[in-house]
Amino acid sequence: MSNRTIIPFGPQHPVLPEPIHLDLVMEDETVVEAIPRIGWVHRGLEKLVEKKDFLEMTYVAERICGICSFIHGLTYCHGIEQIMNIEVPIRAHYLRTLWSEFSRIHSHLLWLGLVADAFGFESLFMHSWRIREKVLDIIEATTGGRVIFGSAKVGGTRRDIDNDMLKRILIQVTEIDKEMKEISQTFLNDFSVQQRLKDVGILSKADANMLGAVGPMLRASGVNQDMRKLNYAAYGQINWEPVIAQEGDCYARVQVRVGELFQASDIIRQVIEKIPEGPVDVKVTGMPQGEFFARTEQPRGEVIYYLKGNGTKNLERMRVRTPTFANIPAITKVLPGIQLADVPMMLLTIDPCISCTER
Amino acid sequence: MTYLAKSPWIIHYDATSCNGCDIEVLACLTPMYDVERFGVINTGNPKHADIFLITGSVNEQNIKVVENIYNQMPNPKVVVAIGICATSGGIFRECYNVLGGVDKVIPVDVYVPGCAARPEAIIDGVVKAIGVLEQKHTQMKKGAAVS
Repeated sequence: MSNRTIIPFGPQHPVLPEPIHLDLVMEDETVVEAIPRIGWVHRGLEKLVEKKDFLEMTYVAERICGICSFIHGLTYCHGIEQIMNIEVPIRAHYLRTLWSEFSRIHSHLLWLGLVADAFGFESLFMHSWRIREKVLDIIEATTGGRVIFGSAKVGGTRRDIDNDMLKRILIQVTEIDKEMKEISQTFLNDFSVQQRLKDVGILSKADANMLGAVGPMLRASGVNQDMRKLNYAAYGQINWEPVIAQEGDCYARVQVRVGELFQASDIIRQVIEKIPEGPVDVKVTGMPQGEFFARTEQPRGEVIYYLKGNGTKNLERMRVRTPTFANIPAITKVLPGIQLADVPMMLLTIDPCISCTER
Repeated sequence: MTYLAKSPWIIHYDATSCNGCDIEVLACLTPMYDVERFGVINTGNPKHADIFLITGSVNEQNIKVVENIYNQMPNPKVVVAIGICATSGGIFRECYNVLGGVDKVIPVDVYVPGCAARPEAIIDGVVKAIGVLEQKHTQMKKGAAVS
């Protein structure tokens, strides 16, 4: 038997924008075990519910993560609205769907770029991020922020989008679609990209189910599960089907995310077509009393908010389970047996968001 | 800022940030803003870096890592705190596990507030940092001890 060595990976590592630590137990060039260690981004913000009131917490929830910020805010508001039985205006539901899908496009483009960087395709990385800037421009024009939107609020949305702007968005989305098609050709059909992605880190359907994987990780293993089918916001009024792939390798995960890019732009088109006129928020009166599990689909997978109110302005408990946390068991399952050079690739394939995980 | 003999290289570390500022730092390197045209390179090695971009409000576990990176950087070096969390703790100031500001751990030269700090602001901060770097360099030439 050859010697085992331990290679420390992180917390500060060029491929990681965020700190996580892995002890990679190696045999020659092959990983035999991966021991994760987390805690570098733990802030303890769930405890903040005791200091900030339930309306202010929307903004804290948005800042759990800077990439899926809007969907965090939306999930929190959705939970509070369900506890307090608030009827949200239909236009606000549509606007929430619109911004959620823009977050999805910008998150997936960001991820595709990082993946391209991980397998050493620098120019593809740059192109993905170039297109992402156009999405951010739309977000900035409609919300005022680039990564933190600050547009979700309990009882609706804080801003409205006028019809001229919606028409402009439609034109821009068509342009973005065209450019996304170009880069997706490279991601899906390029020979050297396929060499790095195909048959790397296979997660079987049974394992994905057993380990509780969520989001694109789960759907790439052939499981049809998407929390948007719970019909929160306006997803119930829109025609769409989850994107699924069967192989469960890195290539399948890229396939799913590329598919979701176009799915998202399709949903945006339908939203703009179907959005009704009307107010975007209702007045919130009273205090939350009761509990609720809010489940929504982030770009990375399912996020669960458990909220419990006791009739005062501060919530009693807020608990968040984020998609990356649910995917960590899956990643420790697929890491053993792969080459050291594939480790950054594999780690990125779950689209890790450490600040979500540790809060 | 006068003539600079060398392009500054940066190192970036996320000390308990929400990710928002981090992706904005990365966005500075991509075609829209493209600071690489000025020779600014994001290096992963503290020993190659002149400017330390740090985001987030620093928690207990991060203190050692931040100090480690700072100590490994050669003199003269400049620290830029990016985002309101790195400046004062921001919205997370009252959390039990954050120190509230990078300057509680290492000396900071330039502050870039904002939630999230915009790429233009970050580039502006880095340009200011280059000025500080120049000053420290001249001081070092005169034989003064700088940190």
